[in-house]
Amino acid sequence: MTATKNGGFSMRMLLAAFAATTILAGAAQAASIYPLDRATILAGSPFDFKVELSKQVKPEDVKITVNGQDYKTVLGGEAQFVELEKGKEDKALGSALLLRGLKISAPGAYKVEIAAGDETKSVTWNVYDTAAQPKAKNIIFLLGDGLSVAHRTAARIMSKGMTEGKANGRLNMDDLDHMAFIGTSATNAVATDSANTMSAFMTGHKTAVNAIGVYADRTPSSLDDPRVETFGEAVRRLTKKSIGIVATSEVEDATPAAVVAHTRNRSDKADVVGMLLDVKPEVLLGGGSAYFLGKEVAGSKRKDNQDYIKLFQDAGYKLATDKNELGANASAEGNLLGLFHTGNMDVTLDREFLKKGTVDKFPNQPGLVDMTKVALDRLSKNPEGFFLMVEGSSIDKMSHPLDWDRAVVDTIEFDKAIGVAREFQKTHPDTLIVVTGDHTHGVSIIGTVDDEKPGTEMREKVGTYAEAGFPNYKDENGDGYPDKIDVSRRLFLSANNGPDHYETFRPKLEGPFVPAIQNEKKEYIANEQYKDVPGAVFVQGNLPKSSESGVHAVDDVVLQSAGPGAEGFHGYMEQSDVYRVLADTFALGAKQTN
Amino acid sequence: MEKFSSLRLGRRHLIGAAIALPFTASLARAGDPSLTFDELYGKFGVLGLEFSGRVKMLAGKEISMKGFMAPPLKAEAQFFVLTEVPMSLCPFCSSDADWPDNIVVVYLGEKQTFVQPSQTIEVRGILEYGSWQDPETGFVSLLRIRQAEYSSV
Repeated sequence: MTATKNGGFSMRMLLAAFAATTILAGAAQAASIYPLDRATILAGSPFDFKVELSKQVKPEDVKITVNGQDYKTVLGGEAQFVELEKGKEDKALGSALLLRGLKISAPGAYKVEIAAGDETKSVTWNVYDTAAQPKAKNIIFLLGDGLSVAHRTAARIMSKGMTEGKANGRLNMDDLDHMAFIGTSATNAVATDSANTMSAFMTGHKTAVNAIGVYADRTPSSLDDPRVETFGEAVRRLTKKSIGIVATSEVEDATPAAVVAHTRNRSDKADVVGMLLDVKPEVLLGGGSAYFLGKEVAGSKRKDNQDYIKLFQDAGYKLATDKNELGANASAEGNLLGLFHTGNMDVTLDREFLKKGTVDKFPNQPGLVDMTKVALDRLSKNPEGFFLMVEGSSIDKMSHPLDWDRAVVDTIEFDKAIGVAREFQKTHPDTLIVVTGDHTHGVSIIGTVDDEKPGTEMREKVGTYAEAGFPNYKDENGDGYPDKIDVSRRLFLSANNGPDHYETFRPKLEGPFVPAIQNEKKEYIANEQYKDVPGAVFVQGNLPKSSESGVHAVDDVVLQSAGPGAEGFHGYMEQSDVYRVLADTFALGAKQTN
Repeated sequence: MEKFSSLRLGRRHLIGAAIALPFTASLARAGDPSLTFDELYGKFGVLGLEFSGRVKMLAGKEISMKGFMAPPLKAEAQFFVLTEVPMSLCPFCSSDADWPDNIVVVYLGEKQTFVQPSQTIEVRGILEYGSWQDPETGFVSLLRIRQAEYSSV
């Protein structure tokens, strides 16, 4: 055998052979096994096991072993055999086996091998346990949706100022002492979205774009895919801790949903409301009331007559619908449901300063800071501790339409919510704080735009290198926000991707930017509403014409953390590895004694 | 202000009326009452919206309304969406759910060619309000103009 003769060469040959098999297997529509190869699974955490075969077979032709033993012995149950799964238009997909809700309690490697006729496939899972004792009583997980390095640099400069190249002050997120770079790619693409990214944080399993709390299987239904346990469910299963979910988006949006939900398709928002009610977070604050209203109510976005406002109230929730009611309910008994908008809440710049967007229709919306304070006040009453997820949702929602001023002002608000968490941590040191984005955007600060530069062409007023100078934002009232954003020398943020649009070089004071609109060929074209803004220039898009906005970047996100357990974050980590640190902090994989 | 219960009753009557309307509808004439996007709702709230008195008054009547045309989500749809400002949708829009509340769904009396989305149009037709699900696409709308025609302005 050559292997013993020259290990180095044969290893290389082995790898080459392995690569070739992988490619061939992919081409031949091989079987799929969920969880996928290299899945990391919390000991004792329930998950669904599914095998998808590319052909129709008889049950007796399928052999499944786990670490060489019959799978039923190791996985503790018999999978349901589905003779033929069907795709769209009844397309035959092949046979499948499905075993729901199994648990593996002993840590270690689990090699799953299947053989069915001429089809074979094997995957290896790593089941891990955690520390026996929790490191912290509370976790506050703050997520800036789409938070990229440019957002935080711009927030620091806009909020604190800069003199001779040194920041005049620090953001709250600047002083978290542990950090890691997080890889955000999905299981089916190098690119990513807020569903699969938050799902990886909240389940420890990576999944496909648009999926939450499930592996993406091949059948058309979005609600039957193999499930994995969410962090919310794990906290419920093993602890008496409270759960809080706070977002400025709809509470059914991907990020808040992923704390508890399971769906292949993040747009199943009406179903997500039911999943929120199943887990019953003690505090649930955000927008998205339209999915709580029966379809007969004007403004509803449900397609049935379920009145989820009533169902939550029947389940013991107090309801708050504006800032005053939120304040009045701050210390009321029972659970708290706060819904402050039918859709996404208005962004900070519109809500607090410009009064644009939909602020005339919903004039008394609380902000992320108000909501975070109330959530902490209520959750901290539980002597067992809590898990609180706080999302600065609109950093992303304003980055998509390239409205950088709105995205940065929302980043400042997000940082203020981090400040509230840090204050809480001072008096409650048994609290882990995690601050992270879920994915990035293709945006950078490249200098300034200076209205005082000569001429009328706005493009000539862009200052780069030494010509950039420093922006002249002021914060004379000391509220942490610039007194105005349309100062004469302002930061110039620029996207590296987008649809056709007009660059105006100015903040959009009349309401959020709509860079492109769709024509009758379903192609996005530059929105001519901005064509006549003095100095506006046409920017040719570099994305397919079906793209209406800028897109997420594949760049790593920066995660920062402070408090007990934070030492688990370091170097490069996969998004799914973050879950393991959270689980370890609460000892969710400790050996169960009862 | 009307309560929701009475609003529901009103809507049922209206849907009955709307079914009968196609047979009696005639093309709107110049001088028909016009409706603006600001006039659609009398009350906005987290627990629901309330149609304005003007919408209730004009329901079943021929009206005109100016706005912008957004193509429907599915090519085969028999309607388009009239919006206050030229509009694009979020990156993950997969249903009507992602539209704002202040849209009006327009069902044309006869096929017309689409115009560019940045072009202001005036739609004339019969106003209808109340939740209604398009049987072909599942698109749920609150306000509709039926037997409509439009022209660029």
